[in-house]
Amino acid sequence: MTGATAPPAPFTGRGGRADAAFRYATIAAGLVVLVVLGAIAVTTVRRALPAFDLMGFRFLTSSRWDPNADQFGAKAFLYGSLVASAIALLIAVPVSIGIALFTTQVVPTRWRRPIIYTVDLLAVVPSVVFGLWGILVFAKVVPGFYDNIASAVHPIPGLRSLFGSSHGRSYMTAGVILAVMITPIITSLAREVIDTCSPSDREGAYALGATRWEMICGVVLPHAKNGLVGAVMLGLGRAMGETIAVALVIGSANNISANLFASGDALPARIANEWGEAEGSWRAALIGLAVTLFAVTILVNLLAAFIVSRSTAKSQGAR
Amino acid sequence: MAMVSIVAIVLVGLLGLTGCGDDSGSGTDTLGGRLNGSGATFPKTFYEVAIYEFLKQHQATTITYSGGGSGKGRTDLQENVVDWAGSDGLVKDADRAKYKGGEFLYFPTVIAPITVAYNLSGISELNLSPATIAKIFQREVTAWDDPAIVAENPKVAAKLKGGITVAHRSDGSGTTENFTKFLEKAVGTNAGGAWKLKSGSTVDWPADTQAGNGNAGVSQIVQDTKGAVGYVDYSDAVATEMKFAAVANKTGAYVTPTLASASAAAEGAKVNDDLSYDPLWADGAASYPITAPTWILVYAKQGTATQAETLRSFLLYLLTDAQKLADSVDYAAIPASLAARAITQLDRITAP
Repeated sequence: MTGATAPPAPFTGRGGRADAAFRYATIAAGLVVLVVLGAIAVTTVRRALPAFDLMGFRFLTSSRWDPNADQFGAKAFLYGSLVASAIALLIAVPVSIGIALFTTQVVPTRWRRPIIYTVDLLAVVPSVVFGLWGILVFAKVVPGFYDNIASAVHPIPGLRSLFGSSHGRSYMTAGVILAVMITPIITSLAREVIDTCSPSDREGAYALGATRWEMICGVVLPHAKNGLVGAVMLGLGRAMGETIAVALVIGSANNISANLFASGDALPARIANEWGEAEGSWRAALIGLAVTLFAVTILVNLLAAFIVSRSTAKSQGAR
Repeated sequence: MAMVSIVAIVLVGLLGLTGCGDDSGSGTDTLGGRLNGSGATFPKTFYEVAIYEFLKQHQATTITYSGGGSGKGRTDLQENVVDWAGSDGLVKDADRAKYKGGEFLYFPTVIAPITVAYNLSGISELNLSPATIAKIFQREVTAWDDPAIVAENPKVAAKLKGGITVAHRSDGSGTTENFTKFLEKAVGTNAGGAWKLKSGSTVDWPADTQAGNGNAGVSQIVQDTKGAVGYVDYSDAVATEMKFAAVANKTGAYVTPTLASASAAAEGAKVNDDLSYDPLWADGAASYPITAPTWILVYAKQGTATQAETLRSFLLYLLTDAQKLADSVDYAAIPASLAARAITQLDRITAP
């Protein structure tokens, strides 16, 4: 924009006003999320207050849930949610990262698309279908497997209490079904993250004599670590919040047991089961369960963010 | 401006139309309006059949019933979300003030037995007293060859063996409420017995029991598990061809759940002025003791004359012609004397 001989520039530099508008628009979009989250938190807490007033801290520390006696202790449901989600992550994370590495690092390019499509298809199956399959097919087949496992580990004292007798509807059944449900989400996010690893880094590792395994451990996984944790957290979010599938297969028992094959209950499943008949303080207590779920999910995410930031700081310090 | 005037013309037209509806007398063909309902799932099949038949004769009217549970029905009515609510239980006195539409009325509609269904091979007749049922569902009796069960069933004593699996509802339910109310009345602490779980649409069941969603979920557990026992609405128990126990009533007679024995229980129940009554644990040698009532709740004061008129005709239909449809969907009609009192109460539904 200096002389008449200069070619007409594509950018006139007069977009300052548009830039400002764009900035405000994106800030507004970002704020909407915060405002909505805040509004949800405020209204749910407010509507759950009668139950919190009634129970105080015992809402979290008591496991007695007896609406007829106005006793609302959510401990067993919190425990069930955490146990079923933990089982789901233990199964789904290695499988998902495995599939992601397989499709990005191992499989020839022309086979990649079909495999990716198949895994992504799992993600579009509605959760109630998984739930019905779980209760009509899976929960009927598994007691045999569970009994085999239970009798196999019976001589080992620690495992004996983890794997006991079962009716089929249990933490483990819910965990396995959740694992199937969150695998496609974790897989597709993990794949995107791993794909961002630049070819030159990978080829550099090969040039230094790394095997494929050493290349993956030394280059791909460290590069993708933050993104992978994010993928796992999204999977965990879905597992914690999943309602219908869990309500159908976890057994709906107000129970805290180390036995993973025992029936228990989860926070969202209890809300779905009892909402229709609940009134007054009972209804408030169910909203209280939702608040608890909300808080736990946020806590787990903050914890994950903290762990990631610490380990990133460490690895950068070592550099 | 053009838009505004078009809207105005449409509005005036609509007003004119509804005005016509109000003025043209009380012939059945002029019924209009829309009645939304929600609430108890226990009578839902009956209401659906009745609505279908009623709307065949009154095509200008819309009536819906979305289920959702008695508690949801009552809450919806409190907030004026629906025009009528189905409820298996009565409104607690403490909750009366929450009803924004003021005074409300109970209309009893149908009754039905709740069965104690079981899965025991080779046994087609089983007698259970309320005390034994209470012990089974509290897990104090955990085997079928327990002396308490054998004593009541000397004929099949040899075949009674194996452990008992207890199945109950995982969702809050009027069926659970009526089943536990029956146990509370028949064997509860006030009755000198040992039913400790009290009553309600969900209770604090022992941890080693199984839970299924809805009548279908409980039926499925009972059908899939040898030695299982659960409480299931009569229509579902009949539809899934399960076997169910004869239960001892107040006179000590073991009565099988049928529509006739449910009607007998309703005949034996005392009806209060507000048409609330309790057919559970009723008098009479032929009464089945676990007979569940259900009501429709509506406000006495309706918003418009059309609304009041449509509501009165629909309820009148439910209390008269629809009663004859009840047994085709496995519900028992309410006694004629009770229906007559409910019909008299229709006059109290008014418009300003």
